Amino acid sequence: MQPDWPAEIHRELTAFGVRVVGYVPDAGHKRLIELCQADRNMRAVVLTTEEEGIGLVAGAWLGGEKTVLLMQSSGVGNLVNVLGMVKVCRFPLVMIITMRGEQGEFNPWQVPMGQTTARVLETMGVAVRQAGEPGTVAAHVHAALRIAFEAQGAEAVLIAQRVIGIKSFQEQTDQ
Amino acid sequence: MKLHRRDVVNELLRDRKDLLVVAGLGSTTWDITAAGDSPLSFPTWGAMGQAAMIGLGMALAQPKRRVLVVTGDGEMLMGLGSLATIGVQQPANLTVVVIDNERYGETGMQRTHTAFGVDLAGVATACKFKHAITATADVEAVRELVYRTPGPNFAAVKVLDEKLPLVLPPNDGVLLKTRFRRAVLGDSADVLPEKP
Repeated sequence: MQPDWPAEIHRELTAFGVRVVGYVPDAGHKRLIELCQADRNMRAVVLTTEEEGIGLVAGAWLGGEKTVLLMQSSGVGNLVNVLGMVKVCRFPLVMIITMRGEQGEFNPWQVPMGQTTARVLETMGVAVRQAGEPGTVAAHVHAALRIAFEAQGAEAVLIAQRVIGIKSFQEQTDQ
Repeated sequence: MKLHRRDVVNELLRDRKDLLVVAGLGSTTWDITAAGDSPLSFPTWGAMGQAAMIGLGMALAQPKRRVLVVTGDGEMLMGLGSLATIGVQQPANLTVVVIDNERYGETGMQRTHTAFGVDLAGVATACKFKHAITATADVEAVRELVYRTPGPNFAAVKVLDEKLPLVLPPNDGVLLKTRFRRAVLGDSADVLPEKP
């Protein structure tokens, strides 16, 4: 039986007291977004662009709350300049990112950003954890939460496309 | 006759008590510092376009306190989507004030979109802000939004395009973050959370 990694992530967020979840939707995050929306202890904040998530993280931390961001790899390209604030201020940052442009990608326009996601993050000072199997996702998220909130780290967990397993527009639409 | 930006910001921050303040990079960061630096101010030096979102995060985390974002028209224009995001969340304790000189003041006074008639208060209204006004003379109505009226509130205050002496707050981001958290949260700001 496959591990239920979205539910496992949600349990980790709860255990760490994450109260705000900012997201730009992705098919791969559909279930986790729904779990966060249904959780009365969490405020799910839909964003128009991933950049807004960095402002949200910063403001909520200044006010004493922990935030996690959900996005897909293409959105990482929208973050570059604002990650400078995370570095300068050492804001705790956890981003859980579903990958596009990898194994099974059906849209070639997703490939360039998918191929450079990890490098872009690392260039801007964000530590990258690659979750390549469903069974490893929760452990990576746990480690990222701990380093972010206990050591003011900036962390990204990249969930491989094969973990999500969407291979066509039709499958994505049907989800 | 348009207003002087420092007069407007001084008036908005007069007797501010426990008001939490975020300033957009550039002129509004200098303006809030000229009015008197405070640990309860978070003046930004970068992350252009994010001032309103920082205010939203703060307002969600501190629902019992009032939060004011003071930013420029250029900074606001870079983050227009954040007005839609705030409109969805409807924080009653958040007010965004744009000090609108219709210019990119730090880069040579080039005209911004508002100089061509783009209506930021109209955008805020369309994004479901509870109150959105454009002020050209009366700052008292803006003070009312900041300190009393349930929000989310928005005000564009039209000001002169004057170049003023820089009044700089600290630029160390860790210092600005830490002093703010200590002022809001007390000693618990520095304590590690319980280990899950």
